[in-house]
Amino acid sequence: MAERGAVPRVSRARRRALRVVGSFTSPLMPDDYLELVNPLWSTRELRGRVEHVERASASAVTVTIKPGWEWEGHEPGQYLRLGIEVDGVHHWRAYSLTSDPGSVDGCIAITPKLVPGGKVSPYLFNRVRPGTIVRLGGVEGTFVLPDPLPARLLFVSAGSGLTPIMSMLRSLARRGGMRDVAHVHCARTAEDVIFRRELLALDARHRGYRLHERLTGAQGRLRARELDEVCPDWRERESFVCGPSGLLEALAEHWRVDGDPARMHVEHFQPEASIGDGERGIGGTIDFCASGVRACSDGEQPILLAGEEAGVELPYGCRMGICHSCVGRLRSGQVRDLRTGRVHGQRGELLRTCINAPEGAVEIEL
Amino acid sequence: MSATQIDARPATTPLQARPSGTQPSGEPEHPLSHLTPEQVDQLGREFDAIHDKVYADLGEGDARYIRSVIALHRRLVLAARALLIGSRSRPLWLLGTSALSLAKILENMEIGHNVMHGQWDWMNDPDINSRNWDWDTASPADAWRHSHNYEHHTYTNIRGKDRDLGYEIMRIDPYQRWHPIYVLQPLYNLVLMGFFEWGVALHDLNFDAIRSGEKPKSKALAELKAIGVKARRQIVKDYIAFPLLSGRAFKTTLAANFTANIVRNIWAHSIIFCGHFPDQTYTFAEEEVAEETRGGWYVRQLLGSANIDGSPLFHLLSGNLSFQVEHHLFPDVPSSRYAEIAPRVRDVCRRYGLPYNTGPFHRQLGTVHRTILRLAFPGGRPRSKPGPYMPG
Repeated sequence: MAERGAVPRVSRARRRALRVVGSFTSPLMPDDYLELVNPLWSTRELRGRVEHVERASASAVTVTIKPGWEWEGHEPGQYLRLGIEVDGVHHWRAYSLTSDPGSVDGCIAITPKLVPGGKVSPYLFNRVRPGTIVRLGGVEGTFVLPDPLPARLLFVSAGSGLTPIMSMLRSLARRGGMRDVAHVHCARTAEDVIFRRELLALDARHRGYRLHERLTGAQGRLRARELDEVCPDWRERESFVCGPSGLLEALAEHWRVDGDPARMHVEHFQPEASIGDGERGIGGTIDFCASGVRACSDGEQPILLAGEEAGVELPYGCRMGICHSCVGRLRSGQVRDLRTGRVHGQRGELLRTCINAPEGAVEIEL
Repeated sequence: MSATQIDARPATTPLQARPSGTQPSGEPEHPLSHLTPEQVDQLGREFDAIHDKVYADLGEGDARYIRSVIALHRRLVLAARALLIGSRSRPLWLLGTSALSLAKILENMEIGHNVMHGQWDWMNDPDINSRNWDWDTASPADAWRHSHNYEHHTYTNIRGKDRDLGYEIMRIDPYQRWHPIYVLQPLYNLVLMGFFEWGVALHDLNFDAIRSGEKPKSKALAELKAIGVKARRQIVKDYIAFPLLSGRAFKTTLAANFTANIVRNIWAHSIIFCGHFPDQTYTFAEEEVAEETRGGWYVRQLLGSANIDGSPLFHLLSGNLSFQVEHHLFPDVPSSRYAEIAPRVRDVCRRYGLPYNTGPFHRQLGTVHRTILRLAFPGGRPRSKPGPYMPG
């Protein structure tokens, strides 16, 4: 089943009115006709219009989007699932929001990096034009600033790992949070530094913000122990790290050995190969009621995968628990959330098959 | 292997010598009997290649096409409903009714049928998607997808397995055993014509399966309820809400909406009956297809379906089911592509000495109704079949 955008926040009166008008339009919805006038008016899913497109570096582009309905807001550091049509086919991607949630124009922005040979990023980089309609999915992510703000912060970013941190920096700058912020950013060359002008301007404007630019093309990769030179008090700072996995692993190790791992916050860009690290259970059989097929999971395999291997055609989307495209109704049994290890399951509950494994025998209405 | 590298050996010459396709006994000769298993496999690969070539080429133009047809339908509906507010005027009634009939036909045929076949699922669009689409007919989407997409398209024209052969109420094939009730079939076929959508909805329920216990009562009940919901919605919309909106034109609007539903039903019935019931088509015994390969499946679709010649507008209004042959070979290929595939299919038919069934609308429909009349009475024989396809 194809993924859909988030449900927009629409007043209850409006929804009720639309339902009444629905008697005239069934099986279509009033939305289907309103969309002839303006596709942003959909109350079924949140859409947005591309307002402008701007190069943010030699290999990244900032796409500013005006949501059709009032933006519910996001926390700096979170990411958005974006649905975009390329050559007639809809693709969904997760991008960090680079905009400040408090921006006055109500727009949001993402800054994807060009992935040569990719499908969506070359489109956003070269072809997308203002006026294009996109679908806006849910906002997710736990890579966010704590509340209240810690007195001292350290950001370490590399390449497009800057994007979630950019939203944080913008938000900090707006609300006077640049009290003592150290930022180490790595990129290959100066041209590759996303938002370079803005970063330098922040550095010049805010005494509490210190940017350390590391150009790896000339200076080599940042090694963990070099932190002592560029930011000697890193152990006392609440740290936010985002970049390629090699850097993340090296720094995580450094914090584990030499610092306080609890003060280090990491954002992985790629979903991990296995679905989270929750405790594993016993597995069990899965009966797919619609197709009448029985599948089996060892406790490691989510319901979706087990079903697909048994030959059931199942709806799916992100395969990482984000988009809810894969949901099916639980008829009986218990499941275990592979991300958290939590066992749950009530009759009639809608569950995401991509992140849940059976805990004993289950029946699911799919 | 790319599509262009596949090159079929020409069919063996004896084929050309038997154009009638009828055995001395009068039984239609199975055209498949001329082909070796290797040839059938090769033919299967050729059809696969046609399919894959289209799929590799799908893109923005196709997406624009279906969106524009959908937008056209919605604009037509808006125009029709507006016109019918003034339906106390004869010309406005006529105009509004025509527009609404046209809209319902588009929605049913080119949009609903084809979207629910999954022809546009490749777009990954959450709305134009076989899982989420619902149409303005009495059949609930889920039940129809099962009885049509799965049962009919898998078991096409297999006697005893394809419930669409006569829809279990008619004798449309001489192999079906006669029963006195069939004497009435020309009559109830007329009723079915006008109320086709209800017939299809009830057909999806599969009374035989319910009687035999194959389909659980609970499932049947749930499906019946779903039909009830769809019925209520159509009645509320077409026979209450819009007539009320027309105020003093209540009665004329109601009549217009009723007419539009009937027109759509008659049209759908006629196009769909021309798909498999004209004289040229073959039916198959279960034994004949017991060990069917993929190539054999293609041949059965080819022999069991018939096209209707017509203009692009006719094809659009028939939901491109006038390309029934292409549709049955490639049910998931977007309908807008059938016209361009047709010459390639005919070329395969020519090279393998297989028939390609087509004819003008009046002739196809004529033979269907003749069959319904004739087979109302006992007896009857399969009509003589066309020979291999010859260009020109």
